[in-house]
Amino acid sequence: MKITVSDVEHVARLARLQLTAAEKELFAGQMDAILGYVEKLKELDTDGISATSHAVPMENAFREDAVRPAIGAEKALANAPERAATFFKVPKVIE
Amino acid sequence: MNISDLTIYDLHEALIAKRISSVEATSAMLERIDAVEPQINSFITVTPEPALAAAAAADRRIAAGDCQPLTGIPLALKDIFLTEGVRTTCGSRILNNFVPPYSSTAWEKLVGQGSVLLGKLNQDEFAMGSSNESSAYGSTRNPWDTACIPGGSSGGSAAAVAARLATATLGTDTGGSIRQPASHCGCVGLKPTYGRVSRYGVIAYASSLDQVGPLTRDVRDCAILLGAIAGHDPLDSTSVDAPVPDYLGGLNSGVKGLRIGLPKEYFIDGLDPDVQRAMDAAIATYQRLGAEFVNVSLPHSDYAVATYYLVATAEASSNLARYDGVRFGHRAEGAAGMLDMYTRSRSEGFGEEVKRRIMLGTYALSSGYYDAYYVKAQKVRTLIMRDFTTAFENVDVILTPVAPTPAFKIGEKINDPLQMYLSDIFTIPVNLAGTCAMSLPAGFSEEGLPIGLQLIGKPFGEESILRAAYAFEQATEWHVRKALI
Repeated sequence: MKITVSDVEHVARLARLQLTAAEKELFAGQMDAILGYVEKLKELDTDGISATSHAVPMENAFREDAVRPAIGAEKALANAPERAATFFKVPKVIE
Repeated sequence: MNISDLTIYDLHEALIAKRISSVEATSAMLERIDAVEPQINSFITVTPEPALAAAAAADRRIAAGDCQPLTGIPLALKDIFLTEGVRTTCGSRILNNFVPPYSSTAWEKLVGQGSVLLGKLNQDEFAMGSSNESSAYGSTRNPWDTACIPGGSSGGSAAAVAARLATATLGTDTGGSIRQPASHCGCVGLKPTYGRVSRYGVIAYASSLDQVGPLTRDVRDCAILLGAIAGHDPLDSTSVDAPVPDYLGGLNSGVKGLRIGLPKEYFIDGLDPDVQRAMDAAIATYQRLGAEFVNVSLPHSDYAVATYYLVATAEASSNLARYDGVRFGHRAEGAAGMLDMYTRSRSEGFGEEVKRRIMLGTYALSSGYYDAYYVKAQKVRTLIMRDFTTAFENVDVILTPVAPTPAFKIGEKINDPLQMYLSDIFTIPVNLAGTCAMSLPAGFSEEGLPIGLQLIGKPFGEESILRAAYAFEQATEWHVRKALI
């Protein structure tokens, strides 16, 4: 296993992160070491073992489909970096 | 008597007897925060005026004859809990100006009792870290030795209790983030069973592992605070609808005949000699109290850290996708379009450890690696859970160290993430298994740093570990010693 700078660039694009050249070098080395350590899981035979995504066995949690008060537009927009009327304002999506 | 030294229980008695008012208690804590906090940096935000207003309201309530166990008690919260109207950063620059529009259920329950919020506590950024060094607001220092880390990620929550800056605090534990700092700061910390406490309004790191719990001066306070926050919450569909036992009432039952498991995988050669000595002494104490020791095996322990750093980072990469500069949090200026805004807002807002974990998680979930890493880790998680199920067929609780060493020096592991991750080797398996565990003071190193003992319980077995912890605490004096600060 060898994580290269171009692997790091690919993953950073997926994660919507922009890394400096120094960060790419650093992460390539560190991810290589961590993923190398994680390789030890391959020692275990997990054929026929089910995957656990949740530790507590649970059925679907249903509730009444009742109307409840919401927090309202003003509260929801209070932390908006930019707003216009009762909308979140963002930069142009399509040029 | 120093008000700041009082436990929840003792302060409650004093409030009921009208020997102290909540305003006096809250003022005393705020004064001590002013005096001591520059050395510790356990708070990100202190809220004196709302605290005093809440204290005055609590005093009116007490005067009217309504004094619940946490009425008027000055508490503080890890900055991961949403608090309506009070800035909540999660230790990150990306939430530097975030003021939540609603509160977490855990805090709402305490507000319902009339507790006082002193402020919001320092932590590793997004709870990712074992040392509090990844906070965007500076490292918290260990009150027992300010050159040392307090542990993480709830390092501020543990340091504030140890430095007597809050009567008790809440933290969260995803891989040991309550227990490891409790151990390093000499306080009591409990990670409840997954689903025991609502996660509603708690900023998510790894949702299948995160759990809320108390950090306190002693076991009795831990039982009181856990009882106050536990229970089903319709707003968290993963919270479990099971009755909350009377944790306080069950403390006195003793450990005679209690079967305590010792897993050989946790008593490794690399264990610090001071930690080993503390464990040996604790075992002797329990034997004297009538507990019975049984050797057990948790054979997949050695795979827990690797499993955790795939499962937790994968969940984190998904959870942290919401920080995109659109609805709240930091937005980069002058972006050339939407995608550029997402990318630059995130890159400016997140610190290095958060970026590293998002990168790892994104890699583990990416096309071509999903089965080899993420699904494989989920399968090993099943094996780790089965280890505990099997061990608990023969024992009531399991005793282990919390951490392989006492608190390390600030800066010691910061450049080696893998070494940092391995400091959680004894706490991580419990989160993967979803069960409960706690840390309690069990000794000191030669350098005078606290050493914690971990008691692991069956799922929803909080009563058993609290009872065992209380018996130990009654028989020892470790919890009485105070950090000289």
